[in-house]
Amino acid sequence: MQTTLTVNGHTRSVDHDPRTTLLDALRDSLRLTGTKKGCDHGQCGACTVLVNGRRINACLTLAAMHDGDEITTIEGLGEPGALSPLQQAFVSCDGYQCGFCTSGQIMSATGMLEELARGDPSHASPDLAQVSADDAEIAERMSGNLCRCAAYPFIREAISLGAKGERS
Amino acid sequence: MRAFDYTRAESLDQAAAALDPAASVIAGGTNLLDLMKLQVMTPERVVDITRLPGLDAIEPEGEGLRLGALVRNSDLAADPRIRARYPLLSRALLSGASGQIRNKATTGGNLLQRTRCPYFYDPAMACSKREPGAGCAAQGGVGRMLAIFGTSDACLAAHPSDMAVALRALDAEVEVRSRDGGLRRLALDELYRLPGDRPDLETTLAADDLITAVILPAPVAGSVQAYRKLRDRASYAFALVSVAAVIRMDQGRIGQAALAFGGVAPRPWRDAGLEAMLHGKTPDEALFREVAQRLTADPAPNPDTEFKRPLLRRTLVAVLREATGLAQPSIGTDATKDAA
Amino acid sequence: MTQTFRMDKPQPRLLDETRQGVIGTSMDRPDGPLKVSGQATYTADALPEGCVHGMLVRATVTRGHLRDIDRDSIADIPGLLAVVRDPRFLRNPAQGMAGEAPDQPGDRIDYHGQPVALVVAETFEAARDGALRLKLRFDSVAAEVDPDHATEVEPQDPTESGDWNAAWSGAAHQVDVVYTTPCHASAAMEPHAAVAEWQGDRLILRGALQMLRFNRKELADAVGIPPEQVQILAPYVGGGFGSKLGIGTEAVAAALAARELGRPVRVVMARQTVFDAVLRRTETRQHLQLAADAEGKLLALGHDDRVSNLPGEEFAEPVSSASQFLYGARATRFRQDMVRVHRVGAGSVRAPGEAVGVIAIEAAMDELADALGMCPVELRLRNLPDQHPVTGQPFSARALADCLREGAKSFGWSDRQAPGARQEGDWLIGMGMASAARPNMLVKSAARVRLSAEGAVVETDMTDIGTGTYAVLTQVAAEMLGLPPGQVTVKLGDTDLPGASGSGGSFGASSSGSAVFLAAKKIRDRLAAKLGCAPEDLSLQDGLARGANLEAPINDLLAGEVLVEEAEIKGGKTAESHFSAGFGAHFCEVAVHRWTGEVRVRRMHGTFAMGRVLNEKTARSQAVGGMIWGVGSALHEDMSHDPRTGHVVTRDLANYHIASHADIPRDMQAVFLEERDDFANPLQSKGVGELGISGAGGAVLNAIHNACGVRIRDIPATPDRVIAALEAAGR
Repeated sequence: MQTTLTVNGHTRSVDHDPRTTLLDALRDSLRLTGTKKGCDHGQCGACTVLVNGRRINACLTLAAMHDGDEITTIEGLGEPGALSPLQQAFVSCDGYQCGFCTSGQIMSATGMLEELARGDPSHASPDLAQVSADDAEIAERMSGNLCRCAAYPFIREAISLGAKGERS
Repeated sequence: MRAFDYTRAESLDQAAAALDPAASVIAGGTNLLDLMKLQVMTPERVVDITRLPGLDAIEPEGEGLRLGALVRNSDLAADPRIRARYPLLSRALLSGASGQIRNKATTGGNLLQRTRCPYFYDPAMACSKREPGAGCAAQGGVGRMLAIFGTSDACLAAHPSDMAVALRALDAEVEVRSRDGGLRRLALDELYRLPGDRPDLETTLAADDLITAVILPAPVAGSVQAYRKLRDRASYAFALVSVAAVIRMDQGRIGQAALAFGGVAPRPWRDAGLEAMLHGKTPDEALFREVAQRLTADPAPNPDTEFKRPLLRRTLVAVLREATGLAQPSIGTDATKDAA
Repeated sequence: MTQTFRMDKPQPRLLDETRQGVIGTSMDRPDGPLKVSGQATYTADALPEGCVHGMLVRATVTRGHLRDIDRDSIADIPGLLAVVRDPRFLRNPAQGMAGEAPDQPGDRIDYHGQPVALVVAETFEAARDGALRLKLRFDSVAAEVDPDHATEVEPQDPTESGDWNAAWSGAAHQVDVVYTTPCHASAAMEPHAAVAEWQGDRLILRGALQMLRFNRKELADAVGIPPEQVQILAPYVGGGFGSKLGIGTEAVAAALAARELGRPVRVVMARQTVFDAVLRRTETRQHLQLAADAEGKLLALGHDDRVSNLPGEEFAEPVSSASQFLYGARATRFRQDMVRVHRVGAGSVRAPGEAVGVIAIEAAMDELADALGMCPVELRLRNLPDQHPVTGQPFSARALADCLREGAKSFGWSDRQAPGARQEGDWLIGMGMASAARPNMLVKSAARVRLSAEGAVVETDMTDIGTGTYAVLTQVAAEMLGLPPGQVTVKLGDTDLPGASGSGGSFGASSSGSAVFLAAKKIRDRLAAKLGCAPEDLSLQDGLARGANLEAPINDLLAGEVLVEEAEIKGGKTAESHFSAGFGAHFCEVAVHRWTGEVRVRRMHGTFAMGRVLNEKTARSQAVGGMIWGVGSALHEDMSHDPRTGHVVTRDLANYHIASHADIPRDMQAVFLEERDDFANPLQSKGVGELGISGAGGAVLNAIHNACGVRIRDIPATPDRVIAALEAAGR
């Protein structure tokens, strides 16, 4: 079947099996391999992309369900030589080791910072009406992104640093 | 994943017409695709209802709210009316899954998610939920996530939803549309069946029924609401046990109490007898222990889940202490506010 | 052929003399921009022209034989190409540094989950469907799967010294306890993957592998071709932690399928298969016996353990490795039983031995300190041996006492109170500490360095599995050749390049770095000759060579020439004359919920001495990553096997809990003490990746005790276990 996606601002048409997930369409059909498959079951977060601005697991959705949707992948944020502030912060804070979960961490952080800016609460919010951006909040909100190298403290340092850069 | 025909429904009528036992509705897809990839679920047709109009709104309904079946879990948790008047529901939603999954998962889908029993998830293992009459490999297996209430010889599985536990404590009803367009409302105990000898039949819904909304009655005025979830890590894990509580204090006594429990039964568990024990009483740790003791009086059906009894007992005491003012409230215990 | 340099005696500390000033700094990883933009290419990212997809099929009996495969059961699948079944399939991945194929059992099944066939199809979706639906028939026989009840027990050779009975029975204080740890999975974020392609008789395999020099031989041996016909590529590896040390079934199956079909084949393990069929860390049962005199001096130290593995696998987790040299006692005893069970094979998972053994010895030491009424730091300081207690070797460099003292100071250890004394609402707060130790090794490693007007290029088949190899080799070359790091390019992960140690055992950076150091040193010598000075007078900085009052730009000295030097290093006499190990001390603060038994780590502090730090930033990441593994093993990780079939029940990342962001506080500190280990290698450096995990879980358990007064001896310390202990103590 045929599905049209707008990926990183470009309209792309994909011919695919109805079973093809958004993740496999991005990786194998569109050859945007920055988005990773770590578990294929929504249990690790390595496949996080933005769909119409919201972060989701690309492995747990069918490509067919996203006809006409706007997808942002890690490739859409920046590239070597022109990294986004958040990407640059991951480099300077060593917010990764093996790098396999990194695209997902950065895409998730991108979506998460929007949610935080909107004032959406989290499980760690002491007051549901008044949300802050402290480390406990960011840690809870990023918990859908596992990192087996366990770069967590440095990922969150990078998110805090990158968020400042994205705002300025 | 087995091959299937994908159709996108343009209307509720069209969706209902496409449904039969060989078809599955897909909305968020976060559990359905998970199970289809493992061939635990093998629908021949998948009916995408995500573009049906009108099902993604949160609207006033009498003194309460009507939550569209396609409202995303994250949107529901963040809705100012929910945060202010039904903080328990926000808390329960936010304790489940991850930010990414909550952005996808829907109200209806959350209710209908399947158990996370690892024997259900592994097609090489006998499971009567997957295959009626096949037996239950979880009996005598490793069963940390299994239930302690409402089980049967055929099935030990627990329902994994946090949201449903909150809805149970809030006396929510589920609006169901049948194929002919008729609407009916079910309390959660009317929606979910206990396993008995047919654990494959999890709800009372017909194959072509569609959940269209969840109806929240007016919240208990001036109540304290709490959701406490215990799990094997601090986030992004299913409940070992969870406790939802709605408590209204009345001049130093417990005026009203609603308690529901998650991670311990095939459906959100509620025991009216416990609530009656609290009604009209002055908050007291000994009373809370007595209530908790009664809840967990019977041995667990499986040695692996025996630990859930003390865990549930102690969690309930901790929640009641906070919700009745015996202890300082921690994160997860909120006083309701008037709608923003 | 390059002559191999043997580490027979300490080498001059040249890196303390060089002028570029990049070694040891917090330089950003040069591969960072690729990783943060999704452009670093991992195995499964490759999809060569015409590539088809393979999915592995598992055995669903525990022990027996595969009788037949019903190919017709999936004949209806459009795009199905083949069901590949070959006697050359592996039972389990090769153990680290095997250099030959592991067991190839033919039709024999030794564990539930053993990969037995590969379904290949035009699309991933079709291959996955086929792999799940393919009908197999097995003959099945009874199998022992539970180490607690298995009857095939092989006692290993014990290590014993002194008169145990005299030392034990006369002691003022005794601790005699059993600790257990469950199986662990490496669970690297990148699932095991291989993309195989044949060019004539030559096999090109992109693989998720840690040790290419060995993997090439293993793959060639498994497939049955000479190693020269195999090229393995692994420029980026998404974590390994031991699970990718040896060649795995996915690589062999991909290679055989590609041969059969004449097309490239990509095989990526489903996450469930990673749990089913990749080597686990054994569960352990550890019996600790510590006896001390009234002053806290250890008289007897016993650490016996029981581990398991598949029949025929030689690997045995060296559980008491660090217990044998951390502390001395008048009598010591280390015994091990190997139990044979039909569970997925056991092998190396990050810090084999120390990761679980040091938890137990350090928790037992805490129990002893408790019995003595002595500060746990002081107890350790009183028992540091003068030399390796078993081998008698002097330590090459051991700053454990400094780590303990300085760690205690910067953590604020003196604020520690009696168990249960500190409370914040319903949370009980406690502090705990533990020592860390991990033996250091030098493994044969080669590298080539080219210097031209464009800069330097380093070439080796070394891998970077997240450990920072690209960074540290860049720094070694830049430092030695007096170049800004931007003028150094490091090429890794290709078996056509000089063979390195590979990544494993925390020896990768030091071993491969030493090879780069030696190759660059040869280039320095040639530059000195060109400049006209003695090599020891040469100084290189920012592209300028100086020496004996002479000065010239390096490019002028090169005059268009490209200098190419290769070097190889291996361990020598210093490995026998001295015992080299990294040491450290962990300090941890936890909160324990008095009702629910939840444990939260609030802050953690590690102080380490592991020789020269090659890159402060990547070393810190390694150390903290290890500490977080320690937290995970203390609190979360538990790979469960069905008691009847032995199959892995926790076979995905929802059921096997590794630490998430929310489990780990921001305040995770790693501090490195200045040290040079002259006997280790020419860089005077030691391993770090596994040192960080050693003991970290023990510090967490000890902090739990200090918080709420109970000992958790069966880990992980999940809420149910904590409250069971609290209730047993009447709380």
